[in-house]
Amino acid sequence: MNAGDEGIVRFDNVGLRYGTGKEILSDISFTLFPGRFYFLTGASGAGKTSLLRLLYLAQRPSRGAITMFDSDVITVARDNLPAFRRRIGVVFQDFRLIAHLSAYDNIALPLRVAGVREDDLAEPVNDMLEWVGLGQRADARPATLSGGEQQRVAIARAVITRPDLLVADEPTGNVDPEMAMKLMRLFEALNRLGTTVLVATHDMQLLRKVPDGLIMRLDRGTMSDPTGALRYPPRMRAGE
Amino acid sequence: MPWVMAIMVALTVLAAGAALALNNVVGQAGGELAARATIQVLEPDPAARAAQTEALDAMLRRQRDVVSARIVPQAEVAELLEPWLGTGDGFDVVPLPALIDVALAGEADDSAVARLRAKIIDIAPNARIDAQSVWLAPVLSAITTLRWMAVGLILLLGFTAAAAVWLAARNALGTNRDTLEIVHLLGGSDAQIASIFQRSILVDAAIGGAVGLVLGGMALALLARQFAALDSGLVAAGGLTAGDWILLAILPLCATVIAVYTARMTVLFTLRRIL
Repeated sequence: MNAGDEGIVRFDNVGLRYGTGKEILSDISFTLFPGRFYFLTGASGAGKTSLLRLLYLAQRPSRGAITMFDSDVITVARDNLPAFRRRIGVVFQDFRLIAHLSAYDNIALPLRVAGVREDDLAEPVNDMLEWVGLGQRADARPATLSGGEQQRVAIARAVITRPDLLVADEPTGNVDPEMAMKLMRLFEALNRLGTTVLVATHDMQLLRKVPDGLIMRLDRGTMSDPTGALRYPPRMRAGE
Repeated sequence: MPWVMAIMVALTVLAAGAALALNNVVGQAGGELAARATIQVLEPDPAARAAQTEALDAMLRRQRDVVSARIVPQAEVAELLEPWLGTGDGFDVVPLPALIDVALAGEADDSAVARLRAKIIDIAPNARIDAQSVWLAPVLSAITTLRWMAVGLILLLGFTAAAAVWLAARNALGTNRDTLEIVHLLGGSDAQIASIFQRSILVDAAIGGAVGLVLGGMALALLARQFAALDSGLVAAGGLTAGDWILLAILPLCATVIAVYTARMTVLFTLRRIL
């Protein structure tokens, strides 16, 4: 494997169970390569959200190995996890915006967490608000925003730090088809800037909207590989 | 939360004030009386009593381990006995002992008293000598017990304040759990999240502590005034010094430090359960 083909995320025989119940995920193995666009599909209850929780380090697996950014994140000291999380942007299915913060402050939150000075916040946050088309809604609280607007704030919050990996859980589940298309264009734009994007969805129409997207499929907790994305180095985009 | 802290600090200031006052009583009374002894000349014949008393006084003044000796004037003795014997003619019927107040260079312990007793008996066979600390010992012992109870109360109040902060922090964590999880997933460290709670508790504890100090201080000042009005020597010894008031003023700071530390530990401990 060439240096450029080394993955930023690698799962090896990962299993996940809660308590003593049966495994939600079994023998999950895959590699995410930098700068690629992935879809994670599967029916409801297939384990997509559980897999994403492992990806954004909200959960440790019951077994197996997970390597991220060249580090074993299973054995990494707990105090070092925040540094890894700051390299991952997450768009939650239910947005998870902080209700008492304005759109501006929600988007600024990752920068504040990262220790960016207040004086240096305004420009990137306002740029991001413009980028998602919410320049006029900076002071609005989440409760006063529509579902689509909340989704865009959530996306802006996820990408403002230019993460190496963006994980989005059913990002178009709560918006109309037109807004879904706009959101996918936002993800593609970010992907073109070099971020690896993984979108979990059960909307098969969505897959067709990103022709270069690589598809991973979860079925009852096990991974299948309909496009060969997991077995081989990913195919190149036209022109690359 | 500020009012809980205010009440805790006010009670702690009261308990600490009491402990310090009792400490002063024990220190002052114990220090004064430790080196003192009283000689009673129990001679029924007034003339012989007076002669023995004078002779004892002269003998005592010659002793190297006696700092001073004072024959207590008869009027003062009568005043001391007034609550029991009343005033008037009774003193002619009941012969009063002559009293000599002796201050020793060292502690009026058993050996010092025995040494003096041996010399006293040669002059006044019916005289007796008692170390003043002997009769006050039970009182001082009771005061010492009260002092330690006050210290125990302070510790208990400190523990209760910490428990209150622990509950408040856990409650706040529960209420804001979703927000905390988001901040965590955005890369917020435990220390960053804990510092948010610390700041909040710091403000509450500082305000509560200041209010508590004022309330407790006012109550102590009121009590001090009322005790001073009693005009009793032992109680008067229990006044608070400037140093004591400074110590009391430090209590809210201690309470704030305990509150902030408890909040930090509670948050960190709880966050450890979240990945």
